[in-house]
Amino acid sequence: MRYSRTSKMLGVAAIAALALSACGGGDSSTESEGDASRVIVVDGSEPQHPLIPTNTNEVGGGQVLDLLFAGLISYDAEGKSQNEMAESIETEDSQNYTITLKEGKTFTNGDPVTASSFVDAWNYGAAAKNAQLSSYFFESIEGYDEAAAEGSTVEEMSGLKVVDDLTFTVKLSQPESDFPLRLGYSAFYPMPAEALENPEKFGENPVGNGPYKFDGEGAWQHNQQIDLVPNEDYEGPREAQNGGVTFKMYQNDTTAYQDLISDNLDVLKTIPTSDIQNFKNDLGDRWIEAPYAGNQTIAIPYYLDNWDGEAGKLRRQAISMAINRDEITKVIFNNGRTPAKEFTAPVLDGYSDSLEGSENLEFNPEKAKELWKQAEELEPFDKSKPLTIAYNADKGDHKTWVQAVVNSIKNELGIEVTGKPFASFKEVRTVATEGKLTGAIRAGWQADYPSLANFLGPIYTTGAGSNDARYSNEKFDKAVSEGLSAGSVEEGNQAMNDAQEMLLEDLPAIPLWYQVAQGGWSNNVENVEFGWNGVPLYYAITGK
Amino acid sequence: MAWYLVRRFLQLIPVFLGATLLIYFLVFSLPGDATAAICGEKGCTPAVEASIRAQYNLDEPFWVQYFLYLKGLLTFDLGTNFAGRPIAEIIANVFPTTAKLAVMALVFEAVAGVVVGLFAGLKKGKLFDSTVLVVSLVVIAVPIFVLGFLMQFLIGVKLEWTNPTVSGDATFTELILPALVLGLVSFAYVLRLTRTAVIENASADYVRTATAKGLSRRRVIGVHVMRNSMIPVATFLGADLGALMGGAIVTEGIFNVNGVGNTLYRAVLNGEAPVVVSIVTVLILIFCLANLLVDLLYAWLDPRIRYA
Repeated sequence: MRYSRTSKMLGVAAIAALALSACGGGDSSTESEGDASRVIVVDGSEPQHPLIPTNTNEVGGGQVLDLLFAGLISYDAEGKSQNEMAESIETEDSQNYTITLKEGKTFTNGDPVTASSFVDAWNYGAAAKNAQLSSYFFESIEGYDEAAAEGSTVEEMSGLKVVDDLTFTVKLSQPESDFPLRLGYSAFYPMPAEALENPEKFGENPVGNGPYKFDGEGAWQHNQQIDLVPNEDYEGPREAQNGGVTFKMYQNDTTAYQDLISDNLDVLKTIPTSDIQNFKNDLGDRWIEAPYAGNQTIAIPYYLDNWDGEAGKLRRQAISMAINRDEITKVIFNNGRTPAKEFTAPVLDGYSDSLEGSENLEFNPEKAKELWKQAEELEPFDKSKPLTIAYNADKGDHKTWVQAVVNSIKNELGIEVTGKPFASFKEVRTVATEGKLTGAIRAGWQADYPSLANFLGPIYTTGAGSNDARYSNEKFDKAVSEGLSAGSVEEGNQAMNDAQEMLLEDLPAIPLWYQVAQGGWSNNVENVEFGWNGVPLYYAITGK
Repeated sequence: MAWYLVRRFLQLIPVFLGATLLIYFLVFSLPGDATAAICGEKGCTPAVEASIRAQYNLDEPFWVQYFLYLKGLLTFDLGTNFAGRPIAEIIANVFPTTAKLAVMALVFEAVAGVVVGLFAGLKKGKLFDSTVLVVSLVVIAVPIFVLGFLMQFLIGVKLEWTNPTVSGDATFTELILPALVLGLVSFAYVLRLTRTAVIENASADYVRTATAKGLSRRRVIGVHVMRNSMIPVATFLGADLGALMGGAIVTEGIFNVNGVGNTLYRAVLNGEAPVVVSIVTVLILIFCLANLLVDLLYAWLDPRIRYA
């Protein structure tokens, strides 16, 4: 059971209902009572870009899009996929997919949802001339390279073919068994024709096919709020159980928390660090701790002198074993994180906490000292380049835990380690992407779609976009691509876990802990549940 | 007088050019690549990065970027921020709220500060005066965010007299608490300035003369003492308006006011030079106009001052 909340005020029936909703997934909210007409006020952050599915890459816009649109599939609370627009997604070789849509689905402007709604949207997202931020999501589709190359004028990917109004085929450039899993991510949403004619205008007042729609033109009051109302025409697993959702933008979490405890805000998805120690008291039984598909790591680049080769490997292991994850997650996060056992996240299908090498992630000061000594014998540590851990100080409250990690390593190994704050996120990212880090960097990953591969491919394969450590291991690359081309998800997961065992040995990044969503709600709502990605299932929340 | 005004307005031109140039340069030289802020945690493909750069002229050298901005300015086109929103719209959106907040804070600090300062000055050394001095010292010494959170928690959360945060409409009643917090520190300064000036002027020759020729105490204090005591206060308030408009980042953050301070803060972090420069330019204009107003006020407060 994914809940850990005090149940003193819950009757037996309520507990049973919760158990059902946690295990059953899908239409979890149908058995609950509650006021279905209340407009739920939830915390949001200003979307960074116009609300276009292929151009949204952050949670502020993503959580709004997820309510406005329905993709081929969606994910339930557990991350299992369920069909939304898709009648079926079929393949025999994991490379050629035939996708059939359900009949009679429409956008809220009345346009039917057809095969072209998907194919045109995907082509739009991939084409270089449209410069869409999520374009790389289409990279597996045949013809992506031609369309997405710098300066390319190709507007269509050759791998996408419309067969008839309700059918289209997708050809990938190589077999990838987890492709269907990705189709619930916002980049793969369909778009009506008007979106592609004038994307900027569309992004201000998007028209979708999901459980909610904009409350009229101008429902997005920039930096203030976005008002959504239920889409009466939507039929599917995510039907609205409330009278609407209002995303209220907050400049900081602490302020949002004040609104929550005074019942001016209905749901807060992240309790601010400053209130981690007292929110369980403040909120009584109105809080939740739900693990989700995200983790925190420290990546150590291989281009640093002290950290490559055999000695580097021993040092990485020593550092990892010198970090007291149990203690830090307990003290700093009030158990709001779980110590990592591997490189993905426990909510995923195929997760295993007993991979070979996972002992490298356990606190073991004696072994750590011994490994460090062995490394010294191989190649003495260049003390003029002590270890630093870079983080951005502008958002996310990383300072506290970085300091705790630094102290843990210092105390156990007796070496010099310091935290290295950067003023802004863009500054630290620029240094990392240019490969000019002078030490380790805090890294972490929030899954885009629930799959082990999403935690490995984009971060640790040679030349991958987020490979801050510049890790390169042919065997690992091969294992990942084998995993992707496996005939079944189970075989794929097995291959991914084999690949992970190499990472556990090499430690290009040191996994610290898995993310746990710590959220709370007001006295006015109930049926608050968090999804696999740490975002509340807004559609299922009801008034009291 | 008219010539004086023309001269003052002409002075705005070099101030404007110098300020925009300097600020554009400062934002330009902030470390980090602006595309990193746009692409976010997971980055984007090199092709996408390249077209973002082209779209916002990020590849151009500093002078080209600056002149492109100035050129747009002359045609009343301020450009867009990285989210594609017109900067003019952003300014039109946030300035009224912040102006409302700043004016409310200014009125509070001016009225309360002068009144309290006057009484403290007249009762120099008495219990009231000493209490005021100690309290104002504490207000000045305690950081604004402590006062802000404290008042938000007490009045918004515990007593529930008002909502802890300001809604999008930013109504007058919602802004009272943030305006009090915003004006609190300046209030302490204003009352101290007033107090000192009143004490000084109360023993001035012309006040003694006024009293000697039999004017009522009310008229002596209300006209002769007050008017002359207002000169340093007016100077301070004029400068403070600019500070209140642009410097409300902390207060706006605590009460979730969608205003200038926060917009500016985010634009700096994202490296959106045109946004920063546009907003700061408006702030500078406000600041200059407020100062001009103060200078004109001098002549009214003190007839010895004349402009030509």
